[in-house]
Amino acid sequence: METGKKSILENEGFLAILSALLCIAAGLLVGYIVLLIINPAGGTEAIITILKNYMTYPSKPAALKYLGSTLVKTAPLLMCALSIQFCYQAGLFNIGAAGQYVAGAGAALYGALALGLPWYVCTLMAMAAGALFGCIVGFLKAYCNVNEVISGIMLNWIGLYLVNMLLSGVKEVASPYTITINSTNPSALLPSLGLEALFSNNKYVTIAVPLSVLIAILLWILLNKTVFGYEITATGLNKDAARYCGMREKKNLILTLIIGGMLAGLGAAFLYLSGYEQWQTTASSVPVMGFNGIAATFLGGLNPIGTIFSSYFIQHITSGGSYLDKGVYPSQISDLISAIIIYLCSFVLFFKTFIRGRAAARKERTREVKAS
Amino acid sequence: MILLLQYTLIFASVLMLVALGGCFSEHSGVINLGLEGIMVMGALGGALTMKTLGDTGGAALIVPAVVLVSSLAGVVYSVLLGVASINFRADQTLVGTAMNMLAAALATVIVKSINMAENPDNVSSTIQYMSGKKALTANIGRFQFNWFMLIAVILLILSYVILYKTRFGLRLMACGEHPQAADSVGINVAKMRWAGVLISGFLGGLGGIVYITAGVSEWKFETGVAGFGFLALAVMIFGQWKPVNIALAALLFGFFRALSNVYSGFDFLKQLHLPGTIYNMMPYIISLIVLAFTSRNSRAPKAEGIPYDKSER
Repeated sequence: METGKKSILENEGFLAILSALLCIAAGLLVGYIVLLIINPAGGTEAIITILKNYMTYPSKPAALKYLGSTLVKTAPLLMCALSIQFCYQAGLFNIGAAGQYVAGAGAALYGALALGLPWYVCTLMAMAAGALFGCIVGFLKAYCNVNEVISGIMLNWIGLYLVNMLLSGVKEVASPYTITINSTNPSALLPSLGLEALFSNNKYVTIAVPLSVLIAILLWILLNKTVFGYEITATGLNKDAARYCGMREKKNLILTLIIGGMLAGLGAAFLYLSGYEQWQTTASSVPVMGFNGIAATFLGGLNPIGTIFSSYFIQHITSGGSYLDKGVYPSQISDLISAIIIYLCSFVLFFKTFIRGRAAARKERTREVKAS
Repeated sequence: MILLLQYTLIFASVLMLVALGGCFSEHSGVINLGLEGIMVMGALGGALTMKTLGDTGGAALIVPAVVLVSSLAGVVYSVLLGVASINFRADQTLVGTAMNMLAAALATVIVKSINMAENPDNVSSTIQYMSGKKALTANIGRFQFNWFMLIAVILLILSYVILYKTRFGLRLMACGEHPQAADSVGINVAKMRWAGVLISGFLGGLGGIVYITAGVSEWKFETGVAGFGFLALAVMIFGQWKPVNIALAALLFGFFRALSNVYSGFDFLKQLHLPGTIYNMMPYIISLIVLAFTSRNSRAPKAEGIPYDKSER
């Protein structure tokens, strides 16, 4: 019997990868068209620049160094993406990851610069701050029925203003940026364990990079192989059924958002405690890291392992955008491409159903032919 | 005091317009989380219009032109939501979020490209509309009247009449409560939802231009609209999806937003020595508190957020 053999189109993993690649291709195409509209002459070169990112450097050591920089920023992005993904598994859209990330950044930098604490304490503080923000969202959702998207956005802005206020005590005199950790409290920098040697001594490459990948794998295990993960998924699929089966859905809901907040807060510690970036205390918009996390999550097919690759891709084109000729093209082209990719990701479900329907129909036809 | 009233009214107009937009969309059954992005696109259209028209023509030309272009920009942009959520049954939260990100990036790219084309050294994302903005306002004594306040009131009355007194409005609301029932009596659910989404685009786009012209005469598009689309959704929930309640809720939220612009003018507030940031946070904190108390007995349209599937009962 032929029916025992599965068509490749029925394979979940294959479909997820295919749809992700289609979204990327369409996103890049739109980005390319926009580049051509802005300046037809350099459009092709510009899109290649975005895609090449660090490979624009001809010498190998330089390219390696900037690959390191891309990875430094991939780690926090991956953490934000995992935060959003973990919550999505429980049916929660954690757009507040951006605010949890901001809270984490504030706590980590305050611990490092104002209190002079070592890196592991600062990291824990960042996780605690993110968890607190997540907890507020979860509590409001569980007990007051507040839509988590709206409360998340409100907390994003509250967090931004709070952190600006908190860190204005440790900023440089002449600029709105916080003082560097390197000059104030080097013990707060994440250890690198010699990793920088692999990337032409890019000192910002720390344990954050391998750690974030490790956490992604742990999260996959937690979601797929533990009772807690099963309960989370069950709650996400049908809240009432989960309660009926004796799962405490309110507790699970709050716990999910606390873990989500911890992940996003940890992401902030991964970036700011590497010394790669300083916080701008006059920032008037929430850092895009948390929002790009949404792109990475959905592009990764809502799978922690897929998210590792999609986070790298999103960061790759975001970093690539900064190599564009600033006099001709705005670097926000990369954000535009990410946004289009997210928009297209929302069609993925429809696309998958369509493909599956086609595959099923074809099988039905072959069976009829055989029967006749 | 007059200044506080003026700012309260203008910010309340913004919140009311956008919340009414959300109201139309949700009554038809589609959650519009992309209002923030729609506002940005409306603001972009309006700001470019004001920049182009500049000094030419007075209020009689500039006000209708700005209203037309910004609301049209909102309508066009809201098509993205309609296609995805009505025709392709996509996750409405995801689509809305994508629209917000896309609008911020797209507006920045467009404004920067225009600025760079005019002057290669100008890589900012700011549009200036000083002279155009003057046409939007008229001074009545010390009170600076803004034409948008009048437009907001007119649209409030219109929204009320349309939703409750016309066949179209009642049908629209039926699609948000029980689309299967609406379909069974011959109402085209997809068409009604499209109408709801496009109206929300119209009102959201208009709200966008009112927001950026509220206090300042130039706007940096990289900052978007600072979560105002979501504040408007909070206003809508607080107003229990009813136009008149929404207007009252908008006044309350508008007041707190206005405080951050004018708090230094009040002696007793100055004596508290609170940092200005506290006042900036105020509208968001208030909305969290308000939502915590009002969301439990939510009167949300029953079928909102659920793609319509004919085969379900």
